[in-house]
Amino acid sequence: MKRFILKRLGYSLISLCLLALTIFLFVRLTGDPTVLLVEPGASREDMAMVRQQLGLDRSLPVQFMAFVADMLRGDFGKSFYYRTPVLELYMSRLPSSLALAAAAMAFSLVIGIPSGIIAAVKVGKFGDNAGKVFALLGLSMPQFWVGLLLILFFSVYLGWLPSSGSGTIWHLIMPAFALGWYFAAAHMRITRSSMLEVLGSEYVKLARLKGLPEKRVIVKHALKNALIPVLTLAGINLVLMVNVAVVVETVFAWPGIGRLLYEGIAFRDFPVVQATVLLGGSMIVIVNLVVDVLYAVIDPRIRLGA
Amino acid sequence: MATRVATIGLSWGLSAFRMKGFPWFPVSTLLILALVAIFADVIAPHSPEVGSLGARFKPPAWQEGGTSQYILGTDHLGRDVFSRLLFGARVSIVVGLLAVVVAGTLGTALGILSGYMGKWVDQIVMRVTDTWLALPALTFAIFLAAILGPSEMNIVIILSAVYWTRYARVIRGEVLSLKEREFVRLAVVAGCSKWTIMKRHILPNVLNSAIVLASLQLGVVIVAEASLSFLGVGVPPPKPAWGLMLADGKKGLMAGYWWLTVLPGLCIMLMVLSANLLGDWLRVKLDPQLRQL
Repeated sequence: MKRFILKRLGYSLISLCLLALTIFLFVRLTGDPTVLLVEPGASREDMAMVRQQLGLDRSLPVQFMAFVADMLRGDFGKSFYYRTPVLELYMSRLPSSLALAAAAMAFSLVIGIPSGIIAAVKVGKFGDNAGKVFALLGLSMPQFWVGLLLILFFSVYLGWLPSSGSGTIWHLIMPAFALGWYFAAAHMRITRSSMLEVLGSEYVKLARLKGLPEKRVIVKHALKNALIPVLTLAGINLVLMVNVAVVVETVFAWPGIGRLLYEGIAFRDFPVVQATVLLGGSMIVIVNLVVDVLYAVIDPRIRLGA
Repeated sequence: MATRVATIGLSWGLSAFRMKGFPWFPVSTLLILALVAIFADVIAPHSPEVGSLGARFKPPAWQEGGTSQYILGTDHLGRDVFSRLLFGARVSIVVGLLAVVVAGTLGTALGILSGYMGKWVDQIVMRVTDTWLALPALTFAIFLAAILGPSEMNIVIILSAVYWTRYARVIRGEVLSLKEREFVRLAVVAGCSKWTIMKRHILPNVLNSAIVLASLQLGVVIVAEASLSFLGVGVPPPKPAWGLMLADGKKGLMAGYWWLTVLPGLCIMLMVLSANLLGDWLRVKLDPQLRQL
């Protein structure tokens, strides 16, 4: 057990280092990083000064160590546009992103789990096919287009919901739907396959042989066990939602991390872009680690197999 | 060699047509879109990039105020939406196909190398793959786009750099089991070099999976390109890309100019939906191992 955790921890650390290295190298290999790290329109003297400040005259390995050391201290540089430390900015946007992700998650589970169950119980029938179409549409419609259509229908034509901004629960509905649909499709797929697996198991057969009503077999015996992989995926997806909401947040002017990333691009505020990508990647590496370790604790087959 | 490949391709194609449940809808949609992309110059009634400011925000022909001159209306610069949609198909298809081919080639090559060579090669390739898979694809693509700047060529590079990982992972897994098969072991005994074994014996056996993955990724890549263009780091204006058209359409959204938002999105959806349906069908037909994906 200890060995498994240590090994997994090692892999995650390597991943985090590689993540930093990837970002570091991309910034430097594609040209002079001072162009990216200096405010647009800076003079030659300014650029020379920044070059010296950043130690760009030193060797790459030395530069990389300094880069990592800065990050470990929580120093991701200063935003050109807001003139505040990037980390502060990131933290101030995080609650909005979490609120949106939580709402989108709730929506995706409320839609995804029941439709997944129906699809599994009625394989090949109308419910299954309707679920497939729903999932396929969710995966095929770009989130930002769904968002724009929602605005067109519910804000412009019907005037029921605010088209952008934040503050009330009404502001949250459309972005949560636009973001959640894609994930609802994923949650539906995994609920369906997980339910199908459980429904074919011995203990479900036994429950049926005992003469339990079908509803009880499905809800009490099958669903409980089928939900484990669904909730695991949901946990990982929640973190993903915080980090991939950039188009949805842009459409609805939602003040989250995605919007911060977009502003970073629009204002050529490179430290913001770099930090957002680094922190997002780190978050996902850490969540994957936590999920793997938790699974190993629950299921000995995983840690022994690895 | 080329003729052999061509014959195999033809016989596979013919048997595919005889198969029950051939996906007519996605194949014909993709074919139509491809034809539209090829003959955009001939079909388009107006220039996709130059408009007339006197004809701004004209609605489609069947709506009040619309004219038959602009069947699907005009945008905020008076450009013909129909012509822009036609040329937009070209951008989506070219960028999508190129990115999928480059990513697929790179990922397959690295997957074979990693799986067959094992040891440190495998460790390095897989650690890099895991790390890149951890990065949210779109965020990573935006980061790269912010560095490289907007252009069609850069988008192909960016999307290939982001999406090769999935191929590497799946192909490596297959190579690991292929490596233990009799025919590969015999090739080793016969004295074939590693390079020959990878090229002659492994590659043809993983091609099916690579093709299936590519078809499933086509939709993802097209949406990614549209998203980048929508955010302003993809195809640079005034080029007619569907994502860019949606970004422009946002300007007329609150005034209720629906055609600028609904139509380009519909095109993206049709193309992605068709690609996904075709990928699903190919997955079941070509690769039983990937059915669970």
